[in-house]
Amino acid sequence: MPDTVSLHIDGQPITVPAGTTLLNAASLAGTTVPTICYHQHCTANALCRLCVVEVEGARVLAPACVATVAEGMRVHTRNERVERSRRTILELLHSATDVSEAPEIQQQLDDYHADLERFDDCEHREPEIIDDNPMFIRDYSKCILCWRCVQVCAADAQFTYAINFSGRGFETSISTFFEQSLTESSCVFCGQCVGVCPTGALKPKREWLLEQGQAPAEVLAATRGPGKKQRDRK
Amino acid sequence: MVPTASNHLIHSTNTAQPHINNPGHSGLLPALLKAQKQNGYISKPVAAEIARALQVPLADVYGVIEFYALLYTEPTAARVIRICGDPACSIAGSHAALQTVCANLGVSPNMAAADGGFMVERSPCLGLCDQAPAAMVNDQALGCIPVGVPAAIIAAKCLAKPAVVGGSLRHLTRRCGTGATPALATYVADGGYSALTKAIQQLTPAAVISELKASGLVGRGGAAFPTGIKWESAANAIGAVKYIVCNADESEPGTFKDRILMEDDPHAVLEGMALAGYACGAHRGYLYVRAEYPHAQQRLAAAIAEAYAGGYLGNNLLGSKFCFEIELRSGAGAYICGEETALFESIEGKRGFPRVKPPFPTTAGLFGKPTVVNNVETLCNVPLIISAGAAAYRQHGTEKSPGSKLFCLSGDVARPGLYEVPFGVTLRTILEEMAGGVSGGTLQAALFGGAAGAFATAAHLDVRMTFEDLRKADLPLGSGVVMVFNHTRNLRTVLEGLAHFFAEESCGKCYPCQLGTVRQHEILARVAAGYARAGDTQLLCDVGWTMVDASLCGLGQTAATATLSAIKLWPELFAPNGKAQPTP
Repeated sequence: MPDTVSLHIDGQPITVPAGTTLLNAASLAGTTVPTICYHQHCTANALCRLCVVEVEGARVLAPACVATVAEGMRVHTRNERVERSRRTILELLHSATDVSEAPEIQQQLDDYHADLERFDDCEHREPEIIDDNPMFIRDYSKCILCWRCVQVCAADAQFTYAINFSGRGFETSISTFFEQSLTESSCVFCGQCVGVCPTGALKPKREWLLEQGQAPAEVLAATRGPGKKQRDRK
Repeated sequence: MVPTASNHLIHSTNTAQPHINNPGHSGLLPALLKAQKQNGYISKPVAAEIARALQVPLADVYGVIEFYALLYTEPTAARVIRICGDPACSIAGSHAALQTVCANLGVSPNMAAADGGFMVERSPCLGLCDQAPAAMVNDQALGCIPVGVPAAIIAAKCLAKPAVVGGSLRHLTRRCGTGATPALATYVADGGYSALTKAIQQLTPAAVISELKASGLVGRGGAAFPTGIKWESAANAIGAVKYIVCNADESEPGTFKDRILMEDDPHAVLEGMALAGYACGAHRGYLYVRAEYPHAQQRLAAAIAEAYAGGYLGNNLLGSKFCFEIELRSGAGAYICGEETALFESIEGKRGFPRVKPPFPTTAGLFGKPTVVNNVETLCNVPLIISAGAAAYRQHGTEKSPGSKLFCLSGDVARPGLYEVPFGVTLRTILEEMAGGVSGGTLQAALFGGAAGAFATAAHLDVRMTFEDLRKADLPLGSGVVMVFNHTRNLRTVLEGLAHFFAEESCGKCYPCQLGTVRQHEILARVAAGYARAGDTQLLCDVGWTMVDASLCGLGQTAATATLSAIKLWPELFAPNGKAQPTP
């Protein structure tokens, strides 16, 4: 197998190492392909499909985060067909989920001229906030099902397996075993899930309480366990 | 006392290695199905017990229970009545039947009665479309249920009958439609297992593959991939362990051909799998049958036992060095598991999420090993080809579509049923000469290929039923569904029903399908209710084409094809009439 592959990205010839994803190849060609679920340190699952690009001769669009380069490939990263899919995916996402605290998605909605009123009276996912531990809250009305939290809790990082899914399809949500509280689960409160959440669905408890208007002293009182020992400092 | 799982729920489903007590993650779905059957649901302690016994994380076990429609975390009922809500049954009155049954029992749909006696559900297609409206009461299949006589449905008095099997060729279906399942001796007396014997005793694996390639057989599950090429690439794949998977998760609304083949000729399926194993160098096969087909599962299980006893499965088949095992697996209520990689995930004990391709199954399939996955009908063709030879096989059909094809006729036809014809006959021949023509009126539309298909009209009556002719006519052959709607049927309602199916069955993995199927259903529901809005056609096209273009798997990529074909054929169906929808 040759070490490099030559292809055209938006008409521009480029040679890249074999096995490069179209996402990285586009980046090398100076083009940014938008992504939502993709995270550099997580397994790419090609879920959000925002990164789809047109590969000439292919029946359907290709997810740039996982599709790899091939010799002679002609890739279009942003034509009319690609734009329709990206705009519609963003409109659909906005119609189902609260993405107000996801600045990257806000920017993408803008970039693709998404019509935010298009699905105005449709079913919205609005589960209640889960506040079951002193470390972080789970507001799944902001969850876009990017799977990052499930992945870092499992084989992508922590091997703790505290969370998985409940339901399927539109009704899918992230869940513990029989929706037990995180404190009853195998969660070790490593915080990696909070770190990779792109939408504010997982949020440190103190940040959340401050947003609710609580004073810092109240927040500390509420999140510091009653039995906490003061460390002696000398 | 809390029921425990460790002893009676976990057992080795591994017939090849009965000494292995812990099948691990792959044993999860069988254990959950067993718990569901024994207790009517899977309680938290039982789920935890199964998780511990199989060494699967608790959250993953819950994720699997939640994924499958026929696994419940709350108690169900002693009698669970499932009434099909998909098009062939709904035009025959199944929605009314659901209401009358609920009213008669005093229960709401999907809610178990307080005393645990009954539960009534709307079910996705049960594969009994030839006997619409259809239902199931526990494991009993009901056909032509009397819509106005709920007591007869509740008491399961209207059992499904043997299907009408007809057509101008009876190769694949030669033993079907008799109402009896041939036992091993009968099958062998009728020439059964002679192809396997011939292959093992006279042909090299490579010769089997070249015969198959010469026959021109392509997959009958819908994708029409050349079977010989698939087998060849699995045979050439690197690795000592390879698998054969029979995809018997037939769930496409309107399709019931595989059910009839499995119920009426189970040994033919096993023979096809064994031939695949011999040709590809695989020693183990999985036969994954949807949970809604308990009869097919029973008959296959009996046939597998007979085949082991008769030396057609197991070690040293027919005295040769070739060994081949088959394990029967049940689905648990998920259309998506008919997608080949989702099916692998399901056998592996996971949620049925389709995988990103490549890698393709012949390189990295089940358990990451090279795998051949074939549809039931495809595998049933193989013994015919090996017995008679590719040249004889090609005497029927056309150059580009050799052999015969099974068509499932349902809806408004005089004689719904399974029809075997050589490729190349016209829709008119099948519909009018064989199935007795349109019933209740004139032909308005025929849905080709199932829910994932597209509509044909009277203008297509003389199209020849071949891959090449249908492709030219922009129609899918799919799994051989021809669901007929006469001129009195409301196609908006039909479309709403199809959209409901996809919204229920989307796995939720990729955004276009997870979100698009629900929005498509909402729009089509208001169109069907008479409240189409300006812009709805454009909305359906944008959502539809985004699903076609950008979805991860075949489910999402075809979830809008029926809608998009209807927009092309009958744009007036989606025209706004200015009526404002009352707010609920």
